[in-house]
Amino acid sequence: MIPAAFEYVRAGSAAEAISLIGQHGDEAKFLAGGHSLLPLMKLRLAAPSVLVDIGRVSDLSYIRDAGDHIAIGALTRHMDVENSAVLKEHAPLLAHAASHVGDPQVRHRGTIGGSIAHADSASDLPATTLALGATYVAQGPNGTREIAATDFYHGFLQSALAADEMLTEIRVPKMQGAGWSFQKFNRRAQDWAIVGVAAWRRNGDSGVALVNMGSTPILATSVASALAGGASVSDAAQLAAAEADPQNDLNASQEYRVHLAKVLVRRALEEASK
Amino acid sequence: MTVTDDRPASVLGTRLLRREDPALLTGEAKYANDLNVPGALHLAVLRSPYAHAKILSVDVSAAAELPGVVAAYSGTDLSGLWASPMPSAWAVTPDMKNPAHYPLASTKACYVGDGVACVLATSETIARDALELIDVQYEPLPAVVDLEDALSDRVVIHDELGTNSSYTWDLKIEGTEGQVAQAFADAAYTVSERFIQQRLIPMAMEPRAIVAVPQPFGGDMTLYSSTQIPHILKVMTALTLGIPEHQMRVVAPSVGGGFGSKLDVYAEELLCVALARKHKVPVRWNEERGENAVATTHGRGQIQYVELAADASGKLTAVRIRIVADMGGYQQLITAGIPILGAFLYAGVYDIPHAYDFSCTGVYTTLTPTDAYRGAGRPEATYAIERAMDVLADTMGIDPMDLRKRNFIAKEQFPYTAFTGLVYDSGDHLKAAELAAEMADYAGIRAKQATQNVPGATKLLGIGQASYFEMCGLAPSRVLASLNYSAGGWEAATVRVLPTNKVQVVTGTAPHGQGHETAWSMIVADRLGISPDDVDVLHSDTAIAPLGLDTYGSRSLPVGGVAIAMACDKVIDKAKKIAAHQLEANEDDLDFAGGSFTVKGSPDRTMPLAAIAFEAFTAHNLPDGLEPNLEAQVTYDPPNFSWPFGTHICTVEIDTETGNVEVLQYVAVDDCGNQVNPLIVEGQVHGGVVQGMAQALYEEAVYDTDGNLKNASLAEYLVPAASDVPSITLGHTITPSPTNPLGVKGIGEAGTIGAAPAVMNAVIDALSGLGVTDMPMPASPHNVWKAIQAAQGASK
Ligand SMILES: Cc1cc2nc3c(=O)[nH]c(=O)nc-3n(C[C@H](O)[C@H](O)[C@H](O)COP(=O)(O)OP(=O)(O)OC[C@H]3O[C@@H](n4cnc5c(N)ncnc54)[C@H](O)[C@@H]3O)c2cc1C
Repeated sequence: MIPAAFEYVRAGSAAEAISLIGQHGDEAKFLAGGHSLLPLMKLRLAAPSVLVDIGRVSDLSYIRDAGDHIAIGALTRHMDVENSAVLKEHAPLLAHAASHVGDPQVRHRGTIGGSIAHADSASDLPATTLALGATYVAQGPNGTREIAATDFYHGFLQSALAADEMLTEIRVPKMQGAGWSFQKFNRRAQDWAIVGVAAWRRNGDSGVALVNMGSTPILATSVASALAGGASVSDAAQLAAAEADPQNDLNASQEYRVHLAKVLVRRALEEASK
Repeated sequence: MTVTDDRPASVLGTRLLRREDPALLTGEAKYANDLNVPGALHLAVLRSPYAHAKILSVDVSAAAELPGVVAAYSGTDLSGLWASPMPSAWAVTPDMKNPAHYPLASTKACYVGDGVACVLATSETIARDALELIDVQYEPLPAVVDLEDALSDRVVIHDELGTNSSYTWDLKIEGTEGQVAQAFADAAYTVSERFIQQRLIPMAMEPRAIVAVPQPFGGDMTLYSSTQIPHILKVMTALTLGIPEHQMRVVAPSVGGGFGSKLDVYAEELLCVALARKHKVPVRWNEERGENAVATTHGRGQIQYVELAADASGKLTAVRIRIVADMGGYQQLITAGIPILGAFLYAGVYDIPHAYDFSCTGVYTTLTPTDAYRGAGRPEATYAIERAMDVLADTMGIDPMDLRKRNFIAKEQFPYTAFTGLVYDSGDHLKAAELAAEMADYAGIRAKQATQNVPGATKLLGIGQASYFEMCGLAPSRVLASLNYSAGGWEAATVRVLPTNKVQVVTGTAPHGQGHETAWSMIVADRLGISPDDVDVLHSDTAIAPLGLDTYGSRSLPVGGVAIAMACDKVIDKAKKIAAHQLEANEDDLDFAGGSFTVKGSPDRTMPLAAIAFEAFTAHNLPDGLEPNLEAQVTYDPPNFSWPFGTHICTVEIDTETGNVEVLQYVAVDDCGNQVNPLIVEGQVHGGVVQGMAQALYEEAVYDTDGNLKNASLAEYLVPAASDVPSITLGHTITPSPTNPLGVKGIGEAGTIGAAPAVMNAVIDALSGLGVTDMPMPASPHNVWKAIQAAQGASK
């Protein structure tokens, strides 16, 4: 439980953080809430030689109404996402999903940006923002770019972010009037999902994404198209795992995960249809 | 004239807040790893990554050269330090096979986590970094993970033993040969089940920590350790290392839980002491969580074959049990005896004739050694009989509560001499069961179940019960002798009234979360008529409390607490002599109440204990021949175990689509005789129930076929948290123990004993309509789902 030795520098702003990461090269990593990175370092599964602490970059901690979407600074803590009045009004699914992350200690330290940059398919917010059709904003030495959530997740803990790029903002489309549901199936309240489902429905539209059903968060497009084509909720739910490629692990076999995905997608759609 | 009794009501039986808690809650309490010992070197242990491997060579030279490293050793390098192998104090049979086990393995590693080399360095980080520089060449051998595979001797782990079977221990009742077979032949109903007690990791919140501090002159050694057994550890360390016992002192500072896993003599304790002597500097070691999961003993690990015979009315006529118990790679302190502690309880709370046949085989595997774990043998026994009773009820088509009522030992039968010759001191099983049934609304839930559990329902209601008897308060020394245990079961206490009427109590118990300081001060306050605030409880340091047998097996109150009460009585006897002398009265004419002696019939001729304490101290005017000072020592060897009992009832709802089990209600009715402090009793039951529930629903040490532990972290080994368990409804009946003057019985393990079978009976009850008759623990959603799938597949 002792990480390998590393150097530590603290950035005061996004620009400074990017320049520090640039100076230290490949072996450097951003440290946000530390709740994914530090456990890996303590187990010596990660051993960055420099940590650039962005935990105090306070200009990246905000939740703003930006017209057609809500803009969330990457350093916003899960607890602030959970309690945000703006999100509760315009994207309640995200606020609710944030309330299911870990335990209160984790939610007070962990950040939405860290969660998305870490790109863990078992985490709640990558799949939730994917279901919501979010766009992520990244800033690097060559400026700023927008990455659609659908293009962001490349593999297990792998994303479209370059090593010297920093995730600065998450943009979630406003969704007034949409029905929604977040189904997290786990054994203890504090645990990651064995399988999770984030879903919304509005008029003919829907978005369904799966937690922990593959090496990336999975957008269940077959379910959405079936619904658009007029399928019943229970028929559409049968397609829950069409895009998925789940793992066997201590909590669940592949077969059981597929079964759970179908049950939870059906329940999510039923709740979102109310 | 009206006489008002203005004596303060006794503190005994009140919900006094625990005096231990402020320091624990504010972080003031000092654990072994908090002790700041200047100049200490840090020990780190290199552990085998193989479950079973020959050690071909160990090269520590690169590690020894790392700056900050003081020394690095292989097992062979240290072989001269041990006067004898690590202690195993319980040879359950005279011919038990027990391989020599040393703090570091030198020829063969027998489980993942077995120590093979070590480093001493100036910091913990350097010590752990240096481990990576040690080069060990192994020849991997096949792992032995499965108990029945181990029994087959396909792979023999300890060549010198020639077999993996360590012992077979039988409990045969003399003069009853043939009765068991006859009972089964004559039975109207029989049950034959195979249950698995999965391996559990105790996961005390505080991992182990050790500091060994040699005195600069004279060779004395102080060992600070996170242990439940400072006294036993002192003797065993002295013997194993050849240190004169009077030069060893063991201190257990605040200890953050043990659950049996700190009832041991560990390799790291011996390494720290031996290396501190060798290097003449303090040596310390601090266990990591992942290390704790493999290097600290595990619990349970049994296959149980359970057979019951019953007559047409469901009355039990015989019990036949065969156990295969997992020892792990070696025997630790009392590994072999753990299943034997349950041997007497496989008939549970039922009145059976002398037709009982028990046999247990202990077998080595290439896994972490097992040893005591909360309940130690008795939860396993209770699980087996209580699950089997439900199966019998199901076979007969009667309600399991009814079946139990037909078989309970009746209140009038106590004290009850069981088929084993053991005498159950007191009990009223029917009363406890009826109270639990009323509190749980058993009849109401059965009615609701009938309407809810209809074909096609996806939320199924289940209710399950466990009635238990616990054999605790280890133990009458003679009984332990008959079981071949190497120590006695007494406990020592000293009560010392200081000149200013403050009282010091020295106890041989070694609390690690149980609240002994609070409880013992209440016993003394009640006996001596003083405030508990005036009582100081000294413990867990062999220099201050040299005599004792420590804390395990729900023994501390019924043995150690009783010793304290008896020492108080001895103090009162002596004080009475002084009071009689000073009051110029006959001893027989004195009453002692509210902390004062008074001459019967002359309320103004009175002398408080405070005055007597001062007289005893000045010794100016004591009766002829009476020694100064007011102090008494008692060593109490209980005449019998204490036998707490109770009934737990659990109600669950199962989501058949996901397999999730939700515990809707948990009612625990426990009878531990008189309660010193109900708040502490409740805490023990809460913790115990959660731990039993954890076995039923959450926990299991999972190994792959190569013997690697797959869930060595708290993210994967699912210890439930407060948010995962229901609130627990407690009830009590009070049936004082007639065998000790406090009328008390132990309560530390009761919750764990009742909970696993109650929860599993509820789970199976919920699923019985789907054809599920049993499933392995834990009833995780995945296991429940698989059990449903299998039952439905079978019915198609
Ligand atoms: C006990 C526990 C339980 C948990 N349970 C859950 C759960 O149930 N559900 C869940 O979703 N999560 C869970 N988590 C993870 C938690 O949500 C993490 O906080 C989150 O995944 C990472 O956020 P962070 O701010 O802590 O990131 P860090 O740990 O600081 O960083 C994670 C990674 O992202 C990189 N990074 C961080 N910020 C940026 C940025 N702005 N730009 C570029 N790269 C960046 C870092 O370099 C690092 O590689 C749990 C964590 C713990 C410790």
